[in-house]
Amino acid sequence: MSTAVSQTWYMTQRQLMVFVRQPAFAVITLIQPVIWLFLFGNLFKKVVELGGFGTTSYLDYLVPGVVAMSALSSNMWAGMGTLEEIQRGTLNRFLTTPVSRAALMNGNVVNNGLVTAFQSVVIVLLGLLGGADYPGGIGGIAILVAASVLLGTIFGALSNALGMLVRERESIIGINTFLLLPLTFLSSAFMAPSQMPSWMRHTADFNPLNWAMVAGRSAMSEHPDWGDVLSRGGALLGLAVAAVWLSIRTFRSYQRSV
Amino acid sequence: MSGTRAPAVQARQLIKTYPGDVTALNGMDVTVEPGTVFGLLGPNGAGKSTTVKILTTLARPDSGTATVAGHDVLRHPDRVRRAIGVVAQNSGADPTATGRENLQLQGRLYGLKGAALAKRVDELLDRFTLTDAAKRPVKGYSGGMRRRLDVALGLVHRPEVLFLDEPTTGLDPEARTAMWDEIGRLAGEEGLTILLTTHYLEEADRLAERIAIVDRGRVVVEGTPDSLKGELRGDAVHLELREAVGDAGRTLLRGTLVGLPGVHEVLVDGRRVSARADDGAAAMPLLLAAFERVGVGVAAATVARPSLDDVYLRYAGRRYSEADSNGTEQLAVAVAGGAR
Repeated sequence: MSTAVSQTWYMTQRQLMVFVRQPAFAVITLIQPVIWLFLFGNLFKKVVELGGFGTTSYLDYLVPGVVAMSALSSNMWAGMGTLEEIQRGTLNRFLTTPVSRAALMNGNVVNNGLVTAFQSVVIVLLGLLGGADYPGGIGGIAILVAASVLLGTIFGALSNALGMLVRERESIIGINTFLLLPLTFLSSAFMAPSQMPSWMRHTADFNPLNWAMVAGRSAMSEHPDWGDVLSRGGALLGLAVAAVWLSIRTFRSYQRSV
Repeated sequence: MSGTRAPAVQARQLIKTYPGDVTALNGMDVTVEPGTVFGLLGPNGAGKSTTVKILTTLARPDSGTATVAGHDVLRHPDRVRRAIGVVAQNSGADPTATGRENLQLQGRLYGLKGAALAKRVDELLDRFTLTDAAKRPVKGYSGGMRRRLDVALGLVHRPEVLFLDEPTTGLDPEARTAMWDEIGRLAGEEGLTILLTTHYLEEADRLAERIAIVDRGRVVVEGTPDSLKGELRGDAVHLELREAVGDAGRTLLRGTLVGLPGVHEVLVDGRRVSARADDGAAAMPLLLAAFERVGVGVAAATVARPSLDDVYLRYAGRRYSEADSNGTEQLAVAVAGGAR
């Protein structure tokens, strides 16, 4: 067991180093959140006057949404890295060593989780710098970060499964481009649910991206609705387990197809 | 090569079909004695890489059995993995990590730690002349350096059996020669068994003690390079005489030479004498002794051995270059692409 744990750590560390060695890349991934928070946030500042946002500052409302969006948009590319490792021969090299097969997959999940948590915290801090208020305190922030990590795990695992299955960059690019905007706009990222057209509001109820936003936003508010937090958080956890299970299945089928 | 030791690699009747009814292996048999270098020679798509994938536990055969270092690849893949080193066509060293970091990670996967790991990594860096480049990211390495690192990665845990899949494909001639020297040195190491695949006739001839020629998913012939070539009746033997012989001398010479065992088709033409010999090297002393007996001086003698190309032609029924046309096409595309 301890071997599997240390091997998972080696695999995680290996991937984390790629992130650490490319600080420019880490900065670039924060450009979009900054634009959403400060350009979009300022442009639509007055939207809170419509009511239903649960706060008088649009930035307060926007931070959980941007955190969840970033978790989605960075993790949905995880399959590209996996594909590159397949094509480069790295995955096969590991598969001919005694390394635990679980460690290979877990390394991905843990790495993506750590990177997502880091990015989420940075966005929360950026919001704080911009004057956002988090009445839910550290506990609320921790729940938001956990929800975005779970969301990232779901889409990271699905993206990995897709990469191993189709082995084409184009398919990953196509699916991501197809999914990103509908998932974003069919959520409460920018608009209070009460102001959304009813069909969009009801569709958003089935959107995992929205679950992370609802759970995080509620936990960070002055009066958290713990029922909302638990139900959305539980749904995210369930879906994350299912997605990881699916990616492990795909990994097995990849091994059979070598 | 003691006959009592179990083979380092033994594959029997491997069959592997890929989706779309592509038969990669069609009754593949391979036996490699411990401590030897064995070459699988064949054109692209012959089944060499698939064989290596099965023997290194990456792929599973549809049927057939295989053992490596005494362990069954299907029943005990983990034991096989501990015993083997694999240098694949793409070993995929992490380009953003340094050479040392790549080696350290590889060592950790085999359970090496601490001082033992550091010592082993230093040894390998030194041995493959990568010490100066050890702190640089691999993406800055030349093709030859990358390949040396790949081999070092395969050796980090001191495997019993090393698989080298097309070790010199894509290397420039200088790096290729250097890699050949390195493989030659490895082969001399105590107990290390090497199974290498190649589609270069010259490479197999130079490195492998035994060769199996693979065509369409099975071995068509196997033996030492020399025995394979020796089976083709007739090396060409050419001799140049000190001075031309007359009609009488010619008759005398022909009469003497034709009677020698294993020598055929003797042709005397002025100063030049040519013949076919079953085994040119064995026939040469006999020929020279015969010339001495009849008092004709020999200025030069050469033996041209049949090439592996001839062997391939005989057993696969087509020229090697034709069978490998797929590879040539790829090369042509690459050249065309480069010209654009």
